[in-house]
Amino acid sequence: MNEPNVKKPLSVQALKAGNREEFARMVEQYSPGIYRLALKMLGNAQDAEDVLQETFLKALRALPGFEERSSLSTWLYRIAMNEALMILRKKRPEAFSLEDQTTSQEDGESIEEPRDIVDWCCLPENELLSSEARDFLNRAVEQLSPALRAVFVLRDLQDLSVRETAEALGISETAVKTRLLRARLKLREELSAYYGHRMEVLGYDRIERM
Amino acid sequence: MTESKECERLLHSLGEYVDGELSEDLCTEIERHLLECHNCQVVVNTLRKTIELYHEEEEQETLPPEVGRRLYMRLNLEDYLRP
Repeated sequence: MNEPNVKKPLSVQALKAGNREEFARMVEQYSPGIYRLALKMLGNAQDAEDVLQETFLKALRALPGFEERSSLSTWLYRIAMNEALMILRKKRPEAFSLEDQTTSQEDGESIEEPRDIVDWCCLPENELLSSEARDFLNRAVEQLSPALRAVFVLRDLQDLSVRETAEALGISETAVKTRLLRARLKLREELSAYYGHRMEVLGYDRIERM
Repeated sequence: MTESKECERLLHSLGEYVDGELSEDLCTEIERHLLECHNCQVVVNTLRKTIELYHEEEEQETLPPEVGRRLYMRLNLEDYLRP
């Protein structure tokens, strides 16, 4: 990624004209992010690799007709997210049938109150990101509903803006904000239970637990 | 945590607050509340830390070289593969 030609902005015009070198640069630039997105959405390396390949194959075919209504990166993330959600739908249809009933609830006004009030921020970094903790972080994301997970992955893991996340998912910015807050609060709750337990194991005094 | 109306208000603005997207006035108001509400303080701290940890964890994940190689082969981009 330190090569000078990678830093030069991609030319959408060259991409649309079918320039192979430019396409290769696009693949180099976006493949790590798209692979991570797929891995976080699906929790499975083989599925993530399929999404990665399908995304660029589809992009290659669709580039000549790319209308530039969104940025190239948002467009790619949109293709990748659709691929990931399609696989998820095939593999775990129950997650979606359940979601149809809860989506309106998920976008509604009410936000669940935080329950676990323990300040685990004081734990040392090697404890917060131990390999066991990392596994836990990943499992916690996998437990989010597909709708919440998609928003969290794009906004917080891939660093898309609220607007780009909304464009990539075809939902409103308000829905992005609500789902993002819900996802973050759910993860905070999971992490508080996990790290709170670690604090007990390690002999930290729990200040307060409600 | 929602012992008061202020706690509840904070909860709804929490996302924008930690992203630094709230107006100055609202921020001041929230920060005043945080000074006197321990529970909200803990929720804000741990929420920030949650996001930060996922960021850090994400940055350390890279594309496995063999996955990259297979992608380039599939796209007929072998000649652009870096050693």
